[in-house]
Order: sequence, then C-alpha cells, then structure tokens
Amino acid sequence: MAEHNPFPGENNTGHFWDDNIRELNNPPPQWWMIALWASLAWFILYGILYPMFPVLPWQSQEGGGFTKGILGWSSIKEYEQGVEQVEEVRAQYEDQIAGMSAEEILDDPGLTQYTLASAKVLFGDYCSACHGSGGQGNPGYPVLADDNWLYGGSLAKIQESITNGRKGAMTAHKDVLTEAQADTLANWVVEMAETQGEGGSDAGWKLYNEKGCNACHGAEANGVLAELPDGSIVTVGAANLRDSIWRFRPGGYESAKHTILYGVNQPGVEQTRDAVMPAFGDAAGSLDGKLEPDQIKKLAVYVHSLGGGQ
Amino acid sequence: MDELYAEAHHWEVNTGGETIHAKRMPGKWRRIKWLAASVWLIFFLGPYVQWNGRQAVLFDIPNRQYHLFGVTVLPQDFWMLSLLLLFFAILLAVATALAGRVYCGYFCFQTVWTDVFTWIEERLEGSPPQRRKLDKAPVDARKLRIKVLKHAIWLVIGFLTGFSFVAWFYGAGPLWRDFFVGGANAAVYASVALFTFGTYLLAGWLREQVCFWLCPYARIQGVMLDKSTVVPAYDVARGEPRGRVKKGDLEETRTTGDCVDCNQCVAVCPTGVDIRNGQQEGCITCGLCIDACNAVMDKVGRPRGLIRYASLDELEGQSVKPMLLRPRVWVYTAILALALSGIIYGLSTLAAIELKVLHERAPLYVQLSDGSIQNKYTLKILNKSETDLKVEISAEAPVPLTLMGAEEPIAVKHGEVTPAIVFIKIGRSDLDGERLPVTFVATTQLPDGTQVSAERENAFFGPSR
Repeated sequence: MAEHNPFPGENNTGHFWDDNIRELNNPPPQWWMIALWASLAWFILYGILYPMFPVLPWQSQEGGGFTKGILGWSSIKEYEQGVEQVEEVRAQYEDQIAGMSAEEILDDPGLTQYTLASAKVLFGDYCSACHGSGGQGNPGYPVLADDNWLYGGSLAKIQESITNGRKGAMTAHKDVLTEAQADTLANWVVEMAETQGEGGSDAGWKLYNEKGCNACHGAEANGVLAELPDGSIVTVGAANLRDSIWRFRPGGYESAKHTILYGVNQPGVEQTRDAVMPAFGDAAGSLDGKLEPDQIKKLAVYVHSLGGGQ
Repeated sequence: MDELYAEAHHWEVNTGGETIHAKRMPGKWRRIKWLAASVWLIFFLGPYVQWNGRQAVLFDIPNRQYHLFGVTVLPQDFWMLSLLLLFFAILLAVATALAGRVYCGYFCFQTVWTDVFTWIEERLEGSPPQRRKLDKAPVDARKLRIKVLKHAIWLVIGFLTGFSFVAWFYGAGPLWRDFFVGGANAAVYASVALFTFGTYLLAGWLREQVCFWLCPYARIQGVMLDKSTVVPAYDVARGEPRGRVKKGDLEETRTTGDCVDCNQCVAVCPTGVDIRNGQQEGCITCGLCIDACNAVMDKVGRPRGLIRYASLDELEGQSVKPMLLRPRVWVYTAILALALSGIIYGLSTLAAIELKVLHERAPLYVQLSDGSIQNKYTLKILNKSETDLKVEISAEAPVPLTLMGAEEPIAVKHGEVTPAIVFIKIGRSDLDGERLPVTFVATTQLPDGTQVSAERENAFFGPSR
C-alpha cells in the first residue's frame, strides 16, 4: 500500500506491489453484467416454471424427487400427448377398418396403404421371427411371399391360419417302407418337382397310391383332396408334390427321404419334422390371445400382399 | 522505439465505447448507396406480388413446396439450392476481388438498416453535434419525447422487417388475416419477435460493431483483397504532408500536400475509421469519404479524387493489371457460369413426375408353383405437378415378363409421394442369368394434354444356376 499514488488517473485500486505492479479497477462491460443477471433471472424463472431442483428425502412427503414446477410439464406427459396425436391420425383409418372385411380393405387403395404400413410393425413383432422380415421364410418355416399355400392363400384362409394356428401331420414311414421303397418314393418326389408333376416314374406313382400317400396329398399329388363348387379347395395341409417348392429345405432327395421316413409332427418319433404354427387369436390353446381380430385382419392383408395372395 | 510508441499511441480500436455519429453529406456515392438500398424494397413488397392466383414467391415449409412464379420446387430438387448458394458465395468472392467490400458498403442489410435508422435519428435529433449534446443532456420532457419516438419508429421498422420476412414463408394474405387476431402459430410469432428485436438491437444499438466484431463476412472479405483490388483509398503521395489552409497562404507556394486535414472523411464515416491510415478492417468501402473529400476539394479549388476508388498498384504507381488478365477473375467466372448453368438446367428440366423403384431384398426373389420367378418392387411415384394425376406403369426387360399390381392406373395426389407395390414374373426358361436389367416407365397425361413419363432402371434377380 502506498500513500502516494504514483499512477494517478489510471483508475487503479491503490494496491501496489514491487513499485509498479498494481491492481486496476476494470469492471466487466455493462452488457456483460446485464447478460449475467438476465441469465440468473432466467434460471430462477425456469426453476419455478419447470421441474428442476432435486428434493432431499426428508424434505417431502414422497421422500425425495424433485420440484414439479408450476406449469405441470413433464416429459412423460409430452410423450403421451404425442402418442395421442398419432392415435388421432390413426383413429380415422382404424374406425373404418374396424367395420370392414379384409377383402373390402384390399379394394380401397388408401386403406390398403395404411394397413400395409401399420401391419408391417405387427408382422415384425409376431411373424418375422419364423417367416423372415419380408416373408422369405426360414428353414422349416414356409415362405409367405410365394403363391404356394398348404392351407389356402385366400384372405379368409390366411386369417384362419393366424387365428387358430396350424399343425400339420404326416405319418412316419420308417417301419412301413423298405429301404428300396423309400428310395423309390424319394426319387419320385424329386422327379415330380423337377417336371411340374409330368415326369414321375410309374413305380413311384404305384407306391404313392399303394401306401396311402394319396389320402392326404390327393389323387393328383397336388395336395388338393377335393374342389368345392365355389372354387375353393379342401386340403389337410399336405404339400403339393407337383411344384418345385419344397416345404422342408433344402429340398431334393435327402430332404424328401427324411420327411417320408420320419414324418411330420409325430409324437415319439425322433427326427420327425416340426411344423407348428401357433394360434394368435383368442381361441383355446392360443398364445394368450395375443392379437385382436382387427390386427389379424390387417396381418392377413399384409401377408396376402407379400406376393402370392389368392 | 519512439516511432513505435507513437504508432501505438495512435492506434485505437473501436470497441463501441462511443457511439459513432456520422455526418451526412450529399454526393455521387451517397446517391448510389440509396439506390442499392432501395433494392431491399423487394423484401418488403415482394410477398404481395401475385402469380396465377397465388403468391408469386412462397416458401411453403409446412407443405414442403417452394413456389417461384410458375415453377414449384419440391425438396427433391433442392440440389439446385446448393448451386444457388455456391453462385452467391462466388459472386461475393468475385465482387470482393474486383472492388473490395462492395456488398458491405452498399447492399448488406446491416449497412442498409443502420443507414435508415441513423437517417431517422438525424431527422429527429439533428446533426451529429446536436445528437452528442442531446445524449449528454439530462432527461427532460423534450429529450424523452424525442427518444421515445425514435425507439418506437425503430421498433416499428424492426416489426415490419420480421413481418415481411415471415410473409415470404406464411403468405402475405394469410399473415395479415391471422397475425393480429392471434391466429398464426407460435413459430410465426417467435420469428417476428426475434426479427423485431434483432433488427432493433443490431441496427439501432450495435451498428458498426456488428461489422467489426460479429460479422464473419467482414473478415473473409478482407483477406480476398489483393493489390489490384479497387477500393476507396487515400492518395498518400498527393495528400501528404497534410496541412491546414491558412489565410494569406498562396496556393502556388504552399509546401503541404493536397490534404487540408479537415477530417471530413472521418466525420462522415459510418464506422468511424480514418481512411488516410489505409485500407483497414473497419472500412466497409461505402465511398462516403470520397463524397466528403470531393466536396472539400471543390471548395478549396484543388482537383477531386484525393480519396478515390483506386487499387494499391495504382496508388504506388505500378502498372495496373487489366481485369481480364487476372486468373482469379477467370476461375471465379467459370464457377459462376457452372453454377448458373446447373440451376438453369435444373429449372428447365423439372419433370412433372418422378419415379423411384425399390427392389424387395427379403426375399430377393421367390419361386412360384409353376417354376417361374417373381420379384417384388415398391414404386414411389412423386407428383410434382399442380393437379392429381393417374399414372400408368409399365416395365420392360430383354425377355418376356408379366407385370402384376399395375393393372389399374395409380392415383397420385399433387405434391405427394405415393407408394405402389408391383410384381414382375419371368418364366424360368426365359431367365438366362442371375440378374436382368428391368426398366420401369411411369406415364401420365397432364391436364393440358401433354404426355409425360419418368423412367427408372432396376434389376430382376433369379436363382444362380
């Protein structure tokens, strides 16, 4: 501290060190201070309006938490409002769909567009694990994008399959057929597949009819048991042997022979083929009624549009 | 050392400690400044121009449609915007290289709005000395009346600025209808409020401080000058040593230069710099000092042009390079031409419809019962025309194909993208490879009868053999 100020007129505080080092009084600019106070005011106002300050356990009835703010805003409320808005947009379509059949939806391009977009999510949640994201199928699980249907590809049949599920059955023939017979039949199945049903050997056809394969696969070996006057067909879910689509991949001689020997869904038979589609509707034995009828309707439209609906 | 200190003492940085009250003097550059500024009237009046029963230029953000007279640009054509930005960026560069910060001096909204604001200040408060006096005077009824009126007018101009800006996006008609009855949305009110106070603050209070400390252009533009750039400059050789004119001195025998050290060039400068110190960051090259100096030179009977538009080369007596021999002129011009031709090409080939084709990937293809192969495609048809259209889809490939799902024409609403799912089926025996090229064609008829179509190439996939 010096009594005499050797640097007059430069606005110093009167604090000196080593003769010439001194503390100047340079306050921050006014705009800077205004901004500081404005920020502080903003902070307090914000804390009053919005949830902000933590509350210690002994300071509140609920035992902690945070101040709620007088506007009552919360992120979950904002989220719920957002969902409400989306639901509002959806409602106009959903209301229409609720009163319509799947066929009627498919006749309306606008509704079809909505249904496809909305059912895509359902398909992803409930179907794609087995049938693939685009209905391309997986080993053991049928392709939904082709025109080959074990139980029929009409909208009604697809709805039925989703609602009630499907469980095919094929007897295991390992104790019924000799090795040579199984061989002949497996080769015949391959011949049929490669020639669209035209080139099956006579020996094969003979065995096919003798061993009762035609009971399920039909007289024509196309999986059809009977055709009703209205054009619909009766099946038990047996494969069409006249096309080149294989129910159990990879297909070919080995696949065919395996299916013939061990059958499908045979209890007590090791190596039997598993082929179960769970029921998604509200029927007994379903997966707790996972899907509403309207959701199943939308899914039917979606699956029908994947590429092979009839 | 003494010289260095003298220089340091002389050096003063304008940090806004003192309001610059610039004197207004008439002259050639003053007139040009007003003319350039008047271009901004388009900003205020443009939204009221109508074209075919619609606002001529409307950037309809909620509907993502941008109307430019007869043309409607959708976000899909936004690559043209980048060319437009490139064009203006290079235009700024070429203008700077040739004539310095002409944009800053004559056209920049900061300059123009500040100029208008200070003009109002002068109408109300009087000349610079009167204004300085008023600023220092204690508050009385007169000062309060003048100040309140001035700030009110500033705020009104700020409001008009914001209102006009929003009108380009919201539509002038709807804005007048909705704004004053609380019918516009929050974004509109927020934008207008932001512009009102932004304009008031930037043009009323910050003024040249923006050019000094906030504006990046000012700094970029400064480094694009070179010795052949023509800028307002003080002819040192002619002016120095400066000296005041004394009574009784004979013009023929004077030992001083042409500069009479009247400081008029500093008095009129809107950024408060002394041009006689040479080109500097504060100079927005507005040319007002030229007007001032010429007026004084006329008065004292010395030739005009002591301060004039000149390049450094010219002032130093070097040969002046013709404009066409400067490579940067050529480079800039080439980029300008390229960007401009891109925009013209884009605007002249705006198609009414656009077709996109997405090939389904899971599954890539499926085999059907009859052995044929089917591929699934999602078409996205964009209708850029003014009306709803019926679009017909066809497909071509080197082999016979069956197109399914496009039997009926697809209804596509204007300004919207409509998806459509189609399938292509090709017989197994016709498929001669894993991959075939397929061309989709979308055809439609516009209301005036012209047939337009859009093509898109895609592929058909089959099993490898």
